[in-house]
Amino acid sequence: MSDARNPARAVLEGPDIHRALTRIAHEILERTRGAESVVLIGIPTRGATLAQRIAERIAQFEGIKVPVGAIDVTMYRDDLRLRPARPLGRTELPADGVDGRTVVLVDDVLYSGRTVRAALDALNDVGRPRAVQLATLVDRGHRELPIRADYVGKNLPTSKSEKVKVFLEETDGRDAVVLIKEGDR
Amino acid sequence: MKRHLISTGDLTRDDALLILDTAEELARVSQRSIKKLPTLRGRTVVNLFFEDSTRTRISFEAAAKRLSADVINFSAKGSSVSKGESLKDTALTLEAMGADAVVIRHSASGAPHRLASWVRGSVVNAGDGTHEHPTQALLDAFSIRRRLGRLEGLKIAIVGDVLHSRVARSNVLLLHTLGAEVTLVAPPTLLPVAVGTWPCQVSYDLDAVLPKSDVVMMLRVQLERMNAAYFPSAREYSRRYGLDRDRFARLHDDAIVMHPGPMNRGMEISAEVADSPRSTIVEQVANGVTVRMAVLYLLLGGSEPAIGGAE
Repeated sequence: MSDARNPARAVLEGPDIHRALTRIAHEILERTRGAESVVLIGIPTRGATLAQRIAERIAQFEGIKVPVGAIDVTMYRDDLRLRPARPLGRTELPADGVDGRTVVLVDDVLYSGRTVRAALDALNDVGRPRAVQLATLVDRGHRELPIRADYVGKNLPTSKSEKVKVFLEETDGRDAVVLIKEGDR
Repeated sequence: MKRHLISTGDLTRDDALLILDTAEELARVSQRSIKKLPTLRGRTVVNLFFEDSTRTRISFEAAAKRLSADVINFSAKGSSVSKGESLKDTALTLEAMGADAVVIRHSASGAPHRLASWVRGSVVNAGDGTHEHPTQALLDAFSIRRRLGRLEGLKIAIVGDVLHSRVARSNVLLLHTLGAEVTLVAPPTLLPVAVGTWPCQVSYDLDAVLPKSDVVMMLRVQLERMNAAYFPSAREYSRRYGLDRDRFARLHDDAIVMHPGPMNRGMEISAEVADSPRSTIVEQVANGVTVRMAVLYLLLGGSEPAIGGAE
């Protein structure tokens, strides 16, 4: 992979990601009064991994098992016709569903907000949560829709010409958030 | 690029796996209370059926509707076709209505191929003459993979009227692409002349093939096409090539039995075998909708089709 060889600027390293997720887990506990009736739903693939990690931390801190799931938003995207049809990710909802729960959507990078919009639509088709909140590891700005995150790992001012790539141990063998400048690739 | 699904021979291994994997994810949607997805909103799918087929047409219709496409059903009966309109003129009419995909069932082998050169949308072959029926083969492969967990290296017997079967041809081509070993079992009169060129083995003896098969796919004896004497009597056919209780008992324990439907119970398959838990016949119908959703999504969902053969 060109990204892996390229020592493009790593904005967050393993320990930083670790700390950010720990803080997000604490914030979720604080804001939802002990994560009662919270369901963590990640957006595949890396959002789903992050949701899993946040759930592990919540279990560590408070000893409660928060239901975790994943929701694929591909079929709900508004940019489907800009590219050839793409493979679907895995949707896995907790057995008890999302009805009446506080759903915390988890994604790796928040950018235009279009993925989150698609996720809200997808969520609408699987149930009716009491409330929906959003957690993201990186918020890089440039929103195109009125969407904001409730929990942010790091605010990262970027230019539109840059790319933000998140690597996670589970899928990529290492933890890092990398900023790739245009022309680096 | 314009792409169609006319023959399973046009699908690469990657294409075929992409369809099966997509169907696997879509199967989860069929389990929830809201089964509809907004993906093909504003797209039009025309079901163009020149030959009777309730189950295939309904399956395609359900698939398109679950993806929010608009569906126009066009059946030859009571339409301008009965007034003598040609396939080409029908195609041009559909074109003018702005069809993004045309699902065609026709009694003439090759009709979908001709149609593909006349319309702008993607053509999906829903069975043409004795040629091919690709979505049936895909749903069969999908059903096998769901039951047995893989396709690679499986021994699959396809038994019966291969000569008139578009299902057999599509399955041989697809299952070969996916790494299974296919054996056709039929009386010599019910095998096509060119079967030697197909990527499969041929046997006239069902009893010899059964014990080493992982999957037994029974084909319907197409009584409506039996105008020539392909076998002496229905009873004799059933004796030699029917899957009855005794033959079923000789299959190994994990083997499954399939049938594309509609069945002639008591002819090629006994009722007892058809209703056994090792038969996938009912699942095949449910899987049909899912697989057809995957095909429509991959052909129409993006800026250009992700699967299929170029015209």
